Amino acid sequence: MSDRPRSPAFYALAAFFALFVAFLYGPTLTILVLSFQGPQGGLTFPMNGVSTHWFGKLWAGLGIVDIWGALWRSLRLGLVVMGLTVVIAFYAGLAFRKRFRGEGMLFTIAVASLIVPSIVVSLGIGLEFRLLDDAVNWAAAATGWGWLQEHGTLMGLYTSALGAHLTWTLPFGLLIMFAVFNRFDPAYEEAARDLGATGSQTLRHVVVPILGPSLVGVALFGFTLSFDELARTSQAIGGRNTLPLELQGLTTTVTTPEIYALGTLTTGMSLAVISLALGTSLYLQRRKARAGLRLG
Amino acid sequence: MTDIALPAIANTATESASTTSLTAKMRRRRVLAYLQAAPMALVFLVFFVVPLALTLIVSFWSYNEYEIIPAFTVQNYIDVFEGCLNTADACTTVRTYLSTLKFCALTWACTLVIGFTVAYFVAFHVRSKTMQMALFLVCTIPFWTSNVIRMISWIPLLGRNGLVNDTLMGLGLIRAPIEGLLYSDFSVVLAFVHLNTVFMIVPIFNSMARIDRSLIEAAYDSGATGWQTLWNVVVPLAKPGIAIGSIFVITLVMGDFVTVGVMGGQQIASVGKVIQVQMSALQLPAAAANAVVLLGAVMLMIVAMTRLIDLRKEL
Repeated sequence: MSDRPRSPAFYALAAFFALFVAFLYGPTLTILVLSFQGPQGGLTFPMNGVSTHWFGKLWAGLGIVDIWGALWRSLRLGLVVMGLTVVIAFYAGLAFRKRFRGEGMLFTIAVASLIVPSIVVSLGIGLEFRLLDDAVNWAAAATGWGWLQEHGTLMGLYTSALGAHLTWTLPFGLLIMFAVFNRFDPAYEEAARDLGATGSQTLRHVVVPILGPSLVGVALFGFTLSFDELARTSQAIGGRNTLPLELQGLTTTVTTPEIYALGTLTTGMSLAVISLALGTSLYLQRRKARAGLRLG
Repeated sequence: MTDIALPAIANTATESASTTSLTAKMRRRRVLAYLQAAPMALVFLVFFVVPLALTLIVSFWSYNEYEIIPAFTVQNYIDVFEGCLNTADACTTVRTYLSTLKFCALTWACTLVIGFTVAYFVAFHVRSKTMQMALFLVCTIPFWTSNVIRMISWIPLLGRNGLVNDTLMGLGLIRAPIEGLLYSDFSVVLAFVHLNTVFMIVPIFNSMARIDRSLIEAAYDSGATGWQTLWNVVVPLAKPGIAIGSIFVITLVMGDFVTVGVMGGQQIASVGKVIQVQMSALQLPAAAANAVVLLGAVMLMIVAMTRLIDLRKEL
């Protein structure tokens, strides 16, 4: 196939692909440009001068909405979700290589967690925590123990919201680990063992370095999916919102280019994280290649 | 957790261990597998299985303005389907589902055509592997950025004084701005396609990447035209990817309330939105009943989809 000359179909398909990329990136580029709108400018073209006015206003805060607090919460949660996703998915991937009873069920549940509509998962978690709160209140009233009184709600960033995010990131992590372990040559582990390495040494000095680039990929999924998650968080967050939830609220209330500035900022952050991840992954691959290790 | 050992790959023939230590080793290996799978199982149990079970249970509970009451009732389901036996005038639930199904069908058709074409181009017409990976990344990078921001990005293009209207007026094609570009069914479907095509591209590309290139070569040598090769070789072999992508798109659109909300100007009904509104009104059992019905509908669609594909394979 590759030695044949390019067919007319190639050029038609290439044009289609270019159009698709324009469709994919065009709108984002538009708000990137419009976020540098002059102080008198509005939500649409034409540009009324060029300035960083709206970034300044954004920096000063968006009225009653604590946007920086929300951004900070989303960042912290994203990092926690990222760490947990990598560790949990990695160990689950190891477990699935060994076969265990119930593996079929765990896999089915993981896939189901991916395709059950987010609003249903979110509702379920919200419900669960409300019932838990009721149970704690009931226990507090029944026992009269001081430490149980006035606990507020168990729902929060690192309880219900964290769980909601993990139901979304872990299936992706597990599927990536499957793909990765499918291409992993067990000969490296055997070699390590033959040289007298213990199980944990093999894991730390052989498996993790070889899988490093892929683990960075899992981390990328963990962070970005959590950082942008909205539907699953919506009913499972309690009082203090994450950034995407605040953004959703702002779409109806903010009528100035401030919201574009915010868009440019968050997209920039996401792109920075993606570049960092891809760069790290590439670096690890290069280093691995230099060290003479290659995936089988 | 680093002290959890990775057990040996069972290569028992070369090992001179006695039978007893061997079974001990295998037992240890099995215990280890359970330990390694336990965190994931626990997360899914606490945040997925139990919540779904509770949703099912609570959907049969009663409620008033202040609290939910654990007493069995089917009233919530009766409320969902209230008036649906009246065939002359469709009830709210049926109308909402029809509207959501319409979005679903349109989005599915668009994402399938676009996703398949893009994946086909990258998998079969781009020759270097590095270029393939680069183009694949170009398609997936937006997936890792904020969905809400990507929805907002359409405002300067589709608004009343947006770029599309301005351009059309500038070209003299229209006299007055088109009103229904933003906050309409059109903008909702556009945003769905914009956000969800990646879910088609990735699995279809994955399926296509596995197709043995010699099959294409054989088709070509046997005199098949490009279209014949595409239809008789590539499409059947890409079916698993198409099925996975379709399931993704269908479930994402069926349960959506964010895209419909933002792009529909909070004016268009969707099943997910009904649940969200009932949830914020603290009508938890009613929301739960709607969620169960939605889950049932989505599962039916997935089963139908997998059947359809298996059926075709058998024909």
